[in-house]
Amino acid sequence: MAATVEHAPTAATVQGVDIFRTEHLRKAFKTPDGAELLVLDDVNMHLGEGEILVLLGRSGSGKSTLLRMLAGLVSSSGGVALHRGQPITGPVPGLAMVFQSFALLPWLTVLQNVELGLEALKVPAAERRARAIAAIDLIGLDGFESAYPRELSGGMRQRVGFARALVINPDVLLMDEPFSALDVLTAETMRTDLLDLWTERKIPTRGILLVSHNIEEAVLMADRIIILGSNPGRIVNEMRINLPHPRNRESQDFRDLVEDIYGVMTARPVGRDASRKQVPGIGLRLPSLSVNALAGLLEELDALEKSNANTRISLPDLAEDMHFSVDDLFPLIEGVELLGFAQVEDGDIMLLPAGRIFVDGSLQERKQLFARHLTERVPLVARIRAVLDERFNHRAPDSRFLTELEDHLSEEEARRVLDTAIDWGRYAEVYAYDDNAEVFSLDNPEAEE
Amino acid sequence: MALNLPPLPLPVPNRRDLIALPLVIALFFIIAHAGREMAVPFHLGDDLSISLSPLALPEYGLYTVLRMLAALVVSFVFTLGYAWLAAHNRYAERILIPALDVLQSVPILGYLSITVTGFMALFPGSLVGVQLAVIFAVFTSQAWNMTFSLYQSLKTVPRDLHEAATLYRLNAWQRFWKVELPFAMPGLLWNTMMSMSGGWFFVVASEAITVSDQTVTVPGIGSYIAAAIAHKDLAAIGWAIAAMIVIILAYDTLLFRPIVAWADKFKFEMTASSETPRSVVLDFLRRTRLLKLLAVVPARLWELSVQLTPKVPVRRASGNARQHRRLADAVFYAALSVLALWAVVRLLQLLPRDFGWPMVWHVLGLGLITGLKVFVLVALSALVWVPIGVWIGLRPRWAEKVQPLAQFLAAFPANLLFPLFVVVIVHWHLNVDVFTAPLMILGSMWYILFSVVGAAAAIPTDMREAAQNLGLRGWLLWKRLYLPGIFPGFVTGAITASGGAWNASIVAEVVSWGDKTLVATGLGAYISQTTAKGQTAQIALGVGVMSLLVILTNRLVWHRLYDLAQRRVRLD
Repeated sequence: MAATVEHAPTAATVQGVDIFRTEHLRKAFKTPDGAELLVLDDVNMHLGEGEILVLLGRSGSGKSTLLRMLAGLVSSSGGVALHRGQPITGPVPGLAMVFQSFALLPWLTVLQNVELGLEALKVPAAERRARAIAAIDLIGLDGFESAYPRELSGGMRQRVGFARALVINPDVLLMDEPFSALDVLTAETMRTDLLDLWTERKIPTRGILLVSHNIEEAVLMADRIIILGSNPGRIVNEMRINLPHPRNRESQDFRDLVEDIYGVMTARPVGRDASRKQVPGIGLRLPSLSVNALAGLLEELDALEKSNANTRISLPDLAEDMHFSVDDLFPLIEGVELLGFAQVEDGDIMLLPAGRIFVDGSLQERKQLFARHLTERVPLVARIRAVLDERFNHRAPDSRFLTELEDHLSEEEARRVLDTAIDWGRYAEVYAYDDNAEVFSLDNPEAEE
Repeated sequence: MALNLPPLPLPVPNRRDLIALPLVIALFFIIAHAGREMAVPFHLGDDLSISLSPLALPEYGLYTVLRMLAALVVSFVFTLGYAWLAAHNRYAERILIPALDVLQSVPILGYLSITVTGFMALFPGSLVGVQLAVIFAVFTSQAWNMTFSLYQSLKTVPRDLHEAATLYRLNAWQRFWKVELPFAMPGLLWNTMMSMSGGWFFVVASEAITVSDQTVTVPGIGSYIAAAIAHKDLAAIGWAIAAMIVIILAYDTLLFRPIVAWADKFKFEMTASSETPRSVVLDFLRRTRLLKLLAVVPARLWELSVQLTPKVPVRRASGNARQHRRLADAVFYAALSVLALWAVVRLLQLLPRDFGWPMVWHVLGLGLITGLKVFVLVALSALVWVPIGVWIGLRPRWAEKVQPLAQFLAAFPANLLFPLFVVVIVHWHLNVDVFTAPLMILGSMWYILFSVVGAAAAIPTDMREAAQNLGLRGWLLWKRLYLPGIFPGFVTGAITASGGAWNASIVAEVVSWGDKTLVATGLGAYISQTTAKGQTAQIALGVGVMSLLVILTNRLVWHRLYDLAQRRVRLD
């Protein structure tokens, strides 16, 4: 079967040229009133031949945006992005992508989904079918050719996603958190299966770029990890993983690497970013967290502290203990740090005195403590309260603060941050909010109706 | 580019083929026959005599059905083109979508006289022109709704599907048929069914109309009814109603149910739902052997189109695309504003010259009267149908049976029932203005009923249990749970009902029985009477005022209520 002939990109055979290379790549979005919001800044990276590169970062680090810029789906706002030495201007043949949400077409059968990319390449029907069936076999889906995606489990669906990507014999495989929508066991099986295909060279793919927020996944799969910081996304660290495959999660080397990365990812950007001093202003990105979740974390820390008789708790242990992924855990940590209830150092977290008082306090004491920390440490909340105090009727529409926030944040992000401020402020009884009228006030809710 | 497709092995026909094949072949013959009959010679003034014998009804019914089918096909094609263009070209979008919004508000029966004259001029000496005018009227009653639905779906195709399509380099043709249209299918189909049920009303109303003092008829159920009214034949009206019931049920069973059952796979959900729509007809067709081969035709056509449409070229850097766009924007908006300004100036010049302001005010006054009637009627229907709808919706077993019945009643062309009301009004000498009014809402109030039943049935059981547990009863229960719960459904139904009432006013404000004609005060009567006299300028004024009022009420009342329903009282 002369399957690979018709589109093996000529550039792919050029040796010594990186598959992807970026220089000072940046991406900014325009806010409605014309201000620029920087999502990615000064990204210099490359993906070499025969390499698995993992882009590791928290949500908001722009890692998915970077992947889409390399895929030619999103345009850059500056800098250089090259694919095989050519500037990226749009999707290039030989690129395949696996999506977090699978992005399968529910009205097509497994076979038709896999054939989709070949149809676009105008591969004749008979050859198309043969190649699709071969890809389906390769990925372990034989027997499901005529099933519709909705009949399959999550793992099987993502296998269809892989088959659809691999059937076009891609030069590069781009993966956008492909395992994060799967349960733990399924995800692990899929990772090993993919690594097997890769290490045994059963697929012609010459490079894999994986976007992930899962530290262990990164250490398990990567030849090299690039860690992206948040707001704006920029490369904060890069490390080579030299452990031989198959890697053992329980080995000391593996665990040390995971600890190191936790440390890098939770390090406060102050030291590293001294050049660009960040004053936590009104545009501070409050994590979307309920007060209950914050309180839950503090209580858990207190419990762990007591049972371990150690005030320092390692973040990997905490994640394991609470069955949290990085994306669940990091916003929480950010939240308790922001409010001055706990502190992170070198990948360890410890309760601060205020956090201990909060854990031991009654409902009213908690509220009062929370209110004090909130007005002292969150400029947005302080600003809302100040405006309300100033006004003679003690009322202000939320649009007033929203426009102010939009100077610093995207429209969507501004709304999200304001919603968090509303939630926290309501809990702490710093102010009241009427959702129907979209107005902040100092009203006592009991006084109404 | 040869198509290397394997030759088709012909299977042995099974028993179902033996039933289905003759039926399919017969269907082709019937359509061919009717097509010939529909194009008979005709001149304005000719009297096509309509037989009132019940035996003539099957043939008349067939013609009506075929007109509906033709209109449906035209609407569908129009929808695909218009919505695609609006969704993919930002300049087209700025013009096409507002235009659609206005078109949606124009009363369909208002401009029938203009289109009839136009189409007859296109096909002189043949009935084809009138046929096309009727089909066009039905088309205008369906197409706008369907187009909106498709446009909205095209704009909401999930981002990752778009990205996958772009990355795997699907061209626009493949993208439309493989990604966009399937995604839009459930919504489009639902809208098509709803538009179709409105269409029956218009096909019946437009099959016999009076233009410039001449009655133009095409053979069909509508003209049968018109003849029965002229001859005061109550029995014939009964027959026509019976025939219509059969036709609508047959349409549902033979066309829509199979399509809905087939289209279930397009639902954009990843969980296998427990309830899938089934159709006996579809199951039957799927189990045939020989007939199933017909499915190969679209597959091969698709294959051919894939080979013929070009591959997506690799995009090359385009220098200053952003600047180009800004320039194009400027030119576009400048041209648009000049055009709009010119239109306003012309209108202000023309209006007083043709009519004089007193006339304009008079028509506006008539419009307000009709508007008031519509408002009161919707309110009254709400008073009646909301409690009944909630009662039924809370009882699943009832809801199951009433829902299709209400849908059927909404589809049933209420104008067939007008004569029955007129007989009563004439006999008892009732007030014409008051007692013809209910005719306007007769066809469309059912939308309120079935929206409310649907919404009430969707109130989560745990909420009802919680209310029960808290001891909520009587008015408190309605105020706190039922009314907010059904509010979004009610608004949807009421919008449709009020739109339908505006449209129906044109035929409902002037009704007749034999030589007796009842005329109510209102804009509908004004449009209807100027149409009969062939006063084009006055028709335009009447239609213009009605469109304006419909747009205003939509903007000021219905859209706001709809937004409120969407934001505040969603139950999810």
